Amino acid sequence: MEALKQELKSKIIEVLNLEDIAIEDINDNDPLFGDGLGLDSIDALELIVLLDKEYGIRLADPKQGKAIFESIETMAAYIAENRTK
Amino acid sequence: MGCVSSQDTYETSFLESVEINTTENIVYAKQPSYKELIPPAAARRMAKGVKMGLAASTKALKEANVEVPDAIITGTGMGCIEDSEKFLKALIDNNEEYLTPTNFIQSTHNTVGAQIALGLGCKGYNFTYVNGSISFESALLDAKLQLENEEENTILVGAADETSSHTMELFKLVNIIKKESDQPYSVLNSNSSGVVYSEGATFVTLENVKKENSYAVLEALQIQNELNIDEVESFITSFLEKNHLKIQDIDVVVLGNNGDINFDTYYTAVGSLFSQIPQVYYKHLSGEFNTASAFGFWVAASILKNQAIPQVVKMNSIEKANFSKVLLYNQFQGKDHSLVLLSKC
Amino acid sequence: MKVAITGMGIISSIGNTVEENFHSLVSLKTGLSTISNIETIHKDIIKVGEIKLTNEQLAKQLNLPSDNNYSRTALLGAIAAKQAVENAKISDMNAYKSGLISATSVGGMDMTEKYYYEYFENEACQKYITSHDIGDNSQKIANCIGLKGMVTTISTACSSAANAIMLGARLIQSGELDRVVVGGTDALAKFTINGFKTLMILSDDYNAPFDNNRKGLNLGEAAAFLVLESETIVKNENKEVLAYVAGFGNANDAFHQTASSENGDGAFLAMNKAFKMAKIQPGEIDYINAHGTATPNNDLSEGRAIIRIFGENVPDFSSTKPFTGHTLAAAAGIEAVYSILAIQNNIIFPNLNFKTNMEEFNLTPQLTLKEKEIHHVLSNSFGFGGNCSTLIFSKN
Repeated sequence: MEALKQELKSKIIEVLNLEDIAIEDINDNDPLFGDGLGLDSIDALELIVLLDKEYGIRLADPKQGKAIFESIETMAAYIAENRTK
Repeated sequence: MGCVSSQDTYETSFLESVEINTTENIVYAKQPSYKELIPPAAARRMAKGVKMGLAASTKALKEANVEVPDAIITGTGMGCIEDSEKFLKALIDNNEEYLTPTNFIQSTHNTVGAQIALGLGCKGYNFTYVNGSISFESALLDAKLQLENEEENTILVGAADETSSHTMELFKLVNIIKKESDQPYSVLNSNSSGVVYSEGATFVTLENVKKENSYAVLEALQIQNELNIDEVESFITSFLEKNHLKIQDIDVVVLGNNGDINFDTYYTAVGSLFSQIPQVYYKHLSGEFNTASAFGFWVAASILKNQAIPQVVKMNSIEKANFSKVLLYNQFQGKDHSLVLLSKC
Repeated sequence: MKVAITGMGIISSIGNTVEENFHSLVSLKTGLSTISNIETIHKDIIKVGEIKLTNEQLAKQLNLPSDNNYSRTALLGAIAAKQAVENAKISDMNAYKSGLISATSVGGMDMTEKYYYEYFENEACQKYITSHDIGDNSQKIANCIGLKGMVTTISTACSSAANAIMLGARLIQSGELDRVVVGGTDALAKFTINGFKTLMILSDDYNAPFDNNRKGLNLGEAAAFLVLESETIVKNENKEVLAYVAGFGNANDAFHQTASSENGDGAFLAMNKAFKMAKIQPGEIDYINAHGTATPNNDLSEGRAIIRIFGENVPDFSSTKPFTGHTLAAAAGIEAVYSILAIQNNIIFPNLNFKTNMEEFNLTPQLTLKEKEIHHVLSNSFGFGGNCSTLIFSKN
């Protein structure tokens, strides 16, 4: 699980082009959207594609993302349970 | 005004440090530091063109002491091609799968104008013109009509264009860009077709009142889609006539010579009409791209403000003590002709 | 000062001429279908408003040589522009100070995406390299209508054609031009199809604007142009005036790159500006042709803005996008033609596919064809980058 969380942090930084942020800066339970990392609705769409491309999880409804992407912790848990890749 | 270009034009005094390029057929803009200008959350999504546009527009507003303009009007010839290319390449390479939205969103041609508005919270009129080498002039014309009509009082007008690798390769294929073998490149003494390509952004704040530090007055402009070389003279004389002027009333002419031997003949023809006055050229500094004429506009306005023509842009050696009326002429491959008349404040 | 409209032309998925489009509208015949002309993995899944003519057929209609390098966008634009010029009974395009203000978002992308890598291997297709450029597309349209004068193009996403009409009207009002052909054109392309797919706002069903269960938009392709002429020309040549551009407004939402603000600020400001210029009251609007793309975001935002302007008295309104799909930069152009048709025929076109009212407010679009006296039509078009445009067309 730890490895997955680290992997997620690294991929998020890459895919969302978060130039000034390092893996150490992202805490597992920090909110990703709104106050924490400050991601927005476009980033949510990017993360949905990330889930599909890297882990084979396809979300039918973008609104599902809200709960899944709450934090690295929730993301990792969801992926661990649903990944097909 | 604010200008980002392949020269050091952003923070320096007017043309104080320039480099003449003779060896590169594509010259990239010198990027200012964006950290203080653009929040990282926004900057991470922006390609060069948007960032350059933001930098140039910030400077133009600051210099004019304007916080939020009434309207924002921009011009771009190729739009946000970096993002377009990224999206298109991913689309083709991945057979339409695993595509992400950011590049698509940022690829719409009006992104520069939209991002400027977003940053300033400007809810006013916001148009983007995309039409080759008269994109900037279209924006100027629109702004001028609105200011004259008193629909708005302060308008931010500008242009931005960026290069991107795939498109530049395509331009090389069809000789829009000069071949490597055509070196050394020269704008005035060229013996090859094609141009040295570049990129940049120039923004100006136009107002309907004169201010202490105003550069110049935008008097008139005209756009024409195509002209034969023997029609250029009447194009110019009828434009001047419309503005109650004759050829002799122009003090300086600024020409868009770009070193393409197939089409610089237009500039030679115009030059011969104005052989008795100082002639200025600028594309040996800015390179050629759809909105390079905005750089020329910046040069012309600065010349009027400073009442001096820097040696590096002089095309001939005729001197003049005072200049009141400056005429700019530009075209590209025989199309997109424009005339812009500026006068001293 | 109102500006006279003396000609119009259109080609869309519901017809290749103004008459054909009108016939489809009153027969409630949609142009939405699955894709035939483009090779895409989404071919059998999404519905689009596709014009069922190949590029070869379009080129033939224009009498172009077989080695032409027109993009599909330019072909469609040229056809519609020529129709408009003919409809305005113009024999010499350059007899007056004339111009063309076109609009597009796709430009020649349909060719660029086709030959992306092939350009480097096959010299024969290199002729399309210069057709990518938006300016080139407009120049080709200008050539097809024999125009030598002011040509420029606006590209502000889905509000583009409205903005072209606005600039045209402004140029006539100021006396800068006497005659101007204005409108927009966009062809379908994998670029836009996939682009909208990544935003997850494409519906796999028929779009249902203002419906509570709307799932998103259907893309479409089309071109439409109007001819605007000065009072002088109208008098001198005894021209028939189809309708007038009475007012217009453009404002920016300044909220987000693609989404509209919750309360439709940009839309509200644009509509306000249009009323101010037209010097009429909201109560005088007989029909609103809404932007109504059927995305969750637009219809909510636009609905709120409409209520802010009209209060309790929202006039009959509908979105015609269930007929044609969302034709991007051409949308405001084709919807201008439909607004004029509404005025000429005193008829309101229905909002197809609507079943359930949106929870957020009490707005029901016009669901059936309705005949009534129409004097003033308001047309909305909103694009990415917060670009909001409103046009008001009047009978007199």
